Amino acid sequence: MRGINITISVLIASAILGYLMAFIAGLCRLSSNVFIRKATGFYIELFRGTSLIVQLFWLYYAVPMLFDIQLGSNWLVGVIAIALNYGAYMSEIVRGSILSVAKGQTEAATALNMSSFQRMRLIILPQAVRMMLPEFGNYLIQMLKATSLVYLIGMNDILYYGNILRSNDLSQAPTVYLLLLVFYFILALPIIWLTRKAEVISKKGVAS
Amino acid sequence: MDNWSWEIFFDAFPVVLEGLGITVGLTLACYLFSLIFGFVWTFLRRVPFKPLNWIVTWVMEFIRSTPPLVQLFFIYFAWPMVPVVGMTLSPFTSAVLGLGLHFSTYIGEVYRSGIEGVDKGQWEASQALNLSTRQKWLKIILPQAIPPTIPMLGNYLIIMFKEVPLASTIGVVGILHMANSYGAQYWAYLEPLTIVAILFLVLSYPSAILISKLEKRMNRRFDKKETLNSSKGATT
Repeated sequence: MRGINITISVLIASAILGYLMAFIAGLCRLSSNVFIRKATGFYIELFRGTSLIVQLFWLYYAVPMLFDIQLGSNWLVGVIAIALNYGAYMSEIVRGSILSVAKGQTEAATALNMSSFQRMRLIILPQAVRMMLPEFGNYLIQMLKATSLVYLIGMNDILYYGNILRSNDLSQAPTVYLLLLVFYFILALPIIWLTRKAEVISKKGVAS
Repeated sequence: MDNWSWEIFFDAFPVVLEGLGITVGLTLACYLFSLIFGFVWTFLRRVPFKPLNWIVTWVMEFIRSTPPLVQLFFIYFAWPMVPVVGMTLSPFTSAVLGLGLHFSTYIGEVYRSGIEGVDKGQWEASQALNLSTRQKWLKIILPQAIPPTIPMLGNYLIIMFKEVPLASTIGVVGILHMANSYGAQYWAYLEPLTIVAILFLVLSYPSAILISKLEKRMNRRFDKKETLNSSKGATT
């Protein structure tokens, strides 16, 4: 199974970019500037309203034609598509978690004469991030599943090699695909475990 | 924007639209399948037999955390090769089985949360009234467990609608498949793929708004009922 490095590198890159997007979009959604808020809202609805596979094809085939730009490799296209898509989903989590931090915390921070940046960085985010962790873990699994789609835009990930193996010997198909499924599951196991751990952490010490 | 051509757009539109019936039909078929199969998961998990419980939990976890694309390939390409139970399935059937099975594990969790949300007193009351297991489930538990989960189930319908284009990879002729074949034929991917994106947006965005409205209404209804009951309790 040689495609494993592609699957993992796409996963890691799109996860980092996706979380970054989520924070940017989530914070922009809460901005007091109407224009920024509306623009991010549009981005989020656009990417949540269409399916990832369509976005992937669109970025791969349509964008280079539409704007005459080359996005470089299809690795980059895959990463960007997955990151933008899940960034849009996760930004809602960021927004929700920030909003659910008790209002008294903001007021207390204001009373302590903190700037709005300090308030966000020192008071709100440390509390909000803990709430986000379990959901972020769930979305990491979703992203892992999404990495299998990059095969469709011509990348040599593990699914690609699996398909080659199958076409070499058609009677091997059940074994090949079962192996692939087990493979993805093994990749997902540590994430599942971490997510469960994150759930425990996020519940600890929080008065309900 | 020089490469955008309205001519191709209007030429491709009816072609792509032809696939819409299949896409929507497949979504509904998958949804129905997963709604029914979700019950199977929920009840298998409730069987008071530890090893079975454990197995079912892990099977669900397995199905949930592996890509639906690979599952589709497994069912479509590999199932005919499986000894004894193997048989050739049409692309549409494989898609219904694959996506339906994948999402039934999620739907099963939704049902579970609904059932766990039923007040404990209701279980005790139905026991006290000497209802049979069947009566208890059909008359007491399920009527209370299912309605609160309706908005969540609706959300899954939209999510499934967005996953259905995966089936184009095994040859179900939905809108994405139509767009891709149009693109391959005339070497014009831009317009047909944009049409697909617009169609998805047009169909899923209003339904998302509808669902969130429904959710608010449901919440209000259940809250109201509770306050009504409590006020009744206070006066009598």
